[in-house]
Amino acid sequence: MNEMSTEMLSIVVEREVPFSPEKIWRALTQPHLIEEWLMKNDFKPVVGHGFNLRADWGAVDCQVLAVEWNKTLSYTWAAYGLESVVTWTLTPTPTGTHLRMEQSGFRPDQQQYYEGAKGGWQRFFANLEQVLARTD
Amino acid sequence: MTNRLLIVMPDLHDILFRSLADPTRRAIFERLCREGEQTVGALTAQAGVSQPAVSKHLGVLKQAGLVRDRHEGRQTHYSAQLGALAPLIDWTSQMAGFWQSRFDDLEDLLKRMDQ
Repeated sequence: MNEMSTEMLSIVVEREVPFSPEKIWRALTQPHLIEEWLMKNDFKPVVGHGFNLRADWGAVDCQVLAVEWNKTLSYTWAAYGLESVVTWTLTPTPTGTHLRMEQSGFRPDQQQYYEGAKGGWQRFFANLEQVLARTD
Repeated sequence: MTNRLLIVMPDLHDILFRSLADPTRRAIFERLCREGEQTVGALTAQAGVSQPAVSKHLGVLKQAGLVRDRHEGRQTHYSAQLGALAPLIDWTSQMAGFWQSRFDDLEDLLKRMDQ
């Protein structure tokens, strides 16, 4: 599931997982576990903590924006010139957890987190969509 | 596992994102999209930066395949190449694929983990 809205570039992946939010939270927040499914890292579940996700091809620069234990985790994701925010949401269900990941580009209310990087991607993608609509 | 990002984020994306990350350069490109072919002089008149700076930005855009130049007498005309934006539009579907596979690995890990 993905969409290119006029507001931002946004990717949403959702899945029902037959495990408790507490267990998933551990996998999302403990560095040795994050490495198992994502990348090598120096993550800490502390708001403001800057960390890298590292692979042999390079690194993703990140900063923790929000931590709500067993519920929500949000961090910036900067790679290849595109600033984005990754937000994990864990919702308990009768059989486990509804796990949702959203990666979205700049939003005006998040610009405080990006000093000196007021990229205007939002405007750009809005314009891009208009341009593409006209060229059909 | 790590190879996957190489596939979804090849150099082409890097060049494209970098080319459009600069606000002045993006404004020049947007103007070419909006108003069609323009000379360097016409672009400079509205860019708010010097002509050499505009030329430099156009050079970067040209390298990314985002603009094409056409010489006519002493003037160089630039036009936007919208086809070059295709990888950017593909980005969402490719990143969605990346996250789907990360979810797969995450689920595998959860099965292996102790309660």
